[in-house]
This record gives sequence, structure tokens and C-alpha cells, in this order.
Amino acid sequence: MDAVIKLSLALMGLALCLAFVRLIKGPSLPDRVVALELFSTLIVGIIGVISIHTDVASFLDVTIVMALMAFLAAIGFARFLERGGPRDD
Amino acid sequence: MIEVIKGTLLLSGAVFMLLAAVGVLRLPDLLTRMHATTKAAALGVSLVMVAVALHFAEVAVVARAFGVIVFILMTAPVAAHVIGRAGYFVGSRLWSGTVKDELRPNYDPLTHELKSGLETEANARRRPREDDPD
Repeated sequence: MDAVIKLSLALMGLALCLAFVRLIKGPSLPDRVVALELFSTLIVGIIGVISIHTDVASFLDVTIVMALMAFLAAIGFARFLERGGPRDD
Repeated sequence: MIEVIKGTLLLSGAVFMLLAAVGVLRLPDLLTRMHATTKAAALGVSLVMVAVALHFAEVAVVARAFGVIVFILMTAPVAAHVIGRAGYFVGSRLWSGTVKDELRPNYDPLTHELKSGLETEANARRRPREDDPD
């Protein structure tokens, strides 16, 4: 079980690195927003794995808050884009 | 037995998340990237949360884990729709191999208007009803 947890954490860390590359490269602002949203989803998964590893169930509250904040951030970014705020891609 | 199921769920969830990240890195334009992230990442998180529910096996934890799953399954399509719509209106370029863009002949980016091509004088006129608010 310990090896499985370490392996899945490593896979998710690698996924975070790949998403970070897209966040740096992303040719336009919507691409970066998509990468950020993937970030938050990955972090929810990582916190879930860590709560199994440490046997602390309270970490699940953090995942709920994380998912909620990611959703609100996506909505806010989309409104910002559609209203045509100042952009420097 | 339950350890094996837990490990399988964790590993497959992690692999789906890695696939989502590979997709967001490798696919050519905004809409295909969103197609990778929303579905694969939501499935990965759901599998990890099912593993968490199996691990703790208490009512409070299972309820919270399923709450996370339901929340993510409900918000991921909404967020993807909103970002895709904003990206299209902002003018992000589609992939050069795109076969069909059904919005292009009907949408005017200058006036931000959508036309179906079926408008006539008669059905464009406003016909107020009695229970209209104003």
C-alpha cells in the first residue's frame, strides 16, 4: 500500500509538472486558465491520497474548499475575458 | 482484498490525471485541451475519492467524499463551457485540422450577434404578452 501511495503521488507530481509547462507556454490566457483548473483538480487528488497516507479524514474538507475555489476562479476568469478587460498574454 | 481495490483505484485515478496533463500539454488548441482536462481529470479525482471512502469507511467521510465527487462532476462541465465560450469570443485560434466550426457562418464577432438565417420581419417583431413584467 505504501508503494502504491508513493507511486500515485509521483504520477500526480509529474502531471503537475506537465500542467505547469502548459501554464508557462500557453499561447493565450484561456489556455493558462485551463492549466490552472487542471492544477486545482490535481491538488484535490493529491490531498485525497495524502489523507489516505496520514489517516486524517479532515483533509477532505480542504478538498471541498479547493474544488469550490477553482470553480469560482474559472467563472471569474471567463467573465473577465468576455468583458474584455486589459490583457497581456 | 479491500487493499487491492483501494490500490487499483488510486493508481488508475493517478494514471487518468497524468493522461489529462499529457493531453493539456500535447493537444493543439484550446478546445481539445479542455476536452482532455475536464473529462480525464474529473474521472481521476472521482476514482481517488472512491478510494478515500473505501479507506475510511465511516459515514461522515463517505458522505464528504461523495460530496466532492458530485460537486466536481457538476462544476467541471459548467466551468469548461464558460471558459470555452470566453475563449471562442476572445478569438483563440482553432487547430488547422479542424473539420467543422458550426458557429463561424452564424456568428458575427464584431456585433457579438448570433443569427440562425431563418429570421423574418414577422418573427423578429416583439409580441408582448399580458403577464410580461413591464
